[in-house]
Amino acid sequence: MKSQKAKVKGQNLKVRIGKLLLKNPVLLVSGTCGYGDEIKEFTDLSKLGGIITKTITVEPREGNPTPRIIETPSGMLNSIGLENKGLKDFIHNKAGKLEKLGTAIIVSIAGSNLDEFEVMAEELSRLDVVSAIEINLSCPNVAHSIDGNKFKLTAQDKHATEKVVRRVRKTTGLPIAAKLSPNVTDIKEIAKAAEGAGADAISAINTLFGLRVDINSKKTFLAKGTGGLSGPAIKPVALNFVKEIYSSVKIPIIGMGGISTWEDAVEFIITGATVVGVGTANFVNPSAGEEIARGIKTYMEKNQVNDIMSLIGTVRS
Amino acid sequence: MKQIKTEIISNKEIATDHKVISLKSAHLAKHSKPGQFVNVKCSGQTAPFLRRPFGVYRVRKDGIDILYKVIGEATKLLSAKKPGDILDVIGPLGNGFSTSPLNGNGEQKTILVAGGHGVAPLYALAEEIKKKNKKTDIIALIGARTKAHLLCEKEFKTLGAKVIAATEDGSKGAKGFITKPLLNISGGYELGDKACIYACGPKPMLRAVAEIANAWNTPCQISMEEYMGCGIGICMGCSLVTRDGRKLTCKDGPVFDAKDIVWGQ
Repeated sequence: MKSQKAKVKGQNLKVRIGKLLLKNPVLLVSGTCGYGDEIKEFTDLSKLGGIITKTITVEPREGNPTPRIIETPSGMLNSIGLENKGLKDFIHNKAGKLEKLGTAIIVSIAGSNLDEFEVMAEELSRLDVVSAIEINLSCPNVAHSIDGNKFKLTAQDKHATEKVVRRVRKTTGLPIAAKLSPNVTDIKEIAKAAEGAGADAISAINTLFGLRVDINSKKTFLAKGTGGLSGPAIKPVALNFVKEIYSSVKIPIIGMGGISTWEDAVEFIITGATVVGVGTANFVNPSAGEEIARGIKTYMEKNQVNDIMSLIGTVRS
Repeated sequence: MKQIKTEIISNKEIATDHKVISLKSAHLAKHSKPGQFVNVKCSGQTAPFLRRPFGVYRVRKDGIDILYKVIGEATKLLSAKKPGDILDVIGPLGNGFSTSPLNGNGEQKTILVAGGHGVAPLYALAEEIKKKNKKTDIIALIGARTKAHLLCEKEFKTLGAKVIAATEDGSKGAKGFITKPLLNISGGYELGDKACIYACGPKPMLRAVAEIANAWNTPCQISMEEYMGCGIGICMGCSLVTRDGRKLTCKDGPVFDAKDIVWGQ
């Protein structure tokens, strides 16, 4: 009788980011699913834990000149530069549509200074549709500046990271994730700074700085020059960062970087990710997230894992 | 638009470096319009990673044809596919050409300007114009590197179109770019809406065509080319500047009114 009951109950895939309960650990990551509008034509987003929107900024941004996408071995470089229509447009034209997706909505924000982060956190907190905020501290394609100090990336400086997270923490009761960069010497101290300032989760990793050159014209393929590398090529790098972060903080990790299949996702969970983010894979297979959520469940059934929480960080060497 | 597994019916060379692949798909046959494109996964592995966009060349009863140039790794893989193989395709995508500027009163010329394999969607358009029985003379201006690379000359003629060719090496038609014979068509007059131009090809060609159309005060639609990541409007890679702000080539285009494009980025 007891075992029957357990069978009926099935596998528990629910995970938490702070007070936010996700129905499963699969998210689509920022910049790879827009605001859900286009990708929902190809996949049932309600089958996912949630989506992280394309980063919004207070003012609209045009992004960088094109070309701003180029293929690389098993991946791609981008230099979009946070093109978006701004906070007001999000509130008036996007928030309503997001409500209908039936999945958790995590809004990614990037400010040019602390006040902008505060304004966005405050405005977003008033919207019922917003389940959580991801603070983008690590876009490789825009200039970063906090408190008058310029940084290549905010996420390269633990004090700047701490300041931004603290300000957002003071402003909102929503769960917050800090999105960190792999372009650092020691991710542990940055992750600790974010945790210490009140982050509920660490999103890792953003893209790696990368370059491609056309040997005929001797010009860089991207108009901007340097871009951010993503896709299957960066998966081992991302996994190693997840391992390092897992060993240094207690808050959950939203692991991302090259996840294209459920096997990739399980690898991240075993390494220490509580949540997995599907990014660049969406460009090639817009239903990747849904397939990955199904695959994780099947893996758990086959391996008699009743609760996904018991799988996290079980890696051995 | 849908992600579908299509069966390859044939995959044949039609000119140097150029092939036509025929796909079986009721969905693509029913919904594809000239100027729209499909995004094809050429590799079953992670490299080449991204899909490749191809304009619809012919809409058949049971599927569509794609005309493609074998350029790099992805198109080499596509070129090796055999009849019976399955191809992962997303489509049809984007907005196609509009035939509404054609009034069909017989006094108006339809001018198609193609550079290289940019001829593919224009041929689809010519077939549609014929199917709709629009009274218009179609002039197809086709530019290519050499005579061996010249595409669809016979096909256009079969449709009853007048073909004017230009090759960069002069091996067929006028020597140089296709915009030179385009200029000759007007005979120095402003054509206005006595003509309607549709163009597809490399960006510098499109820009030149747009300038000519502007000088003639002639309606002109162009299919824009930008490097695309996803083809469905989520990666924001193929953004271009229009008079109405930034637009995505994949989702808002690839066909635009030439007047709306802000050049020189």
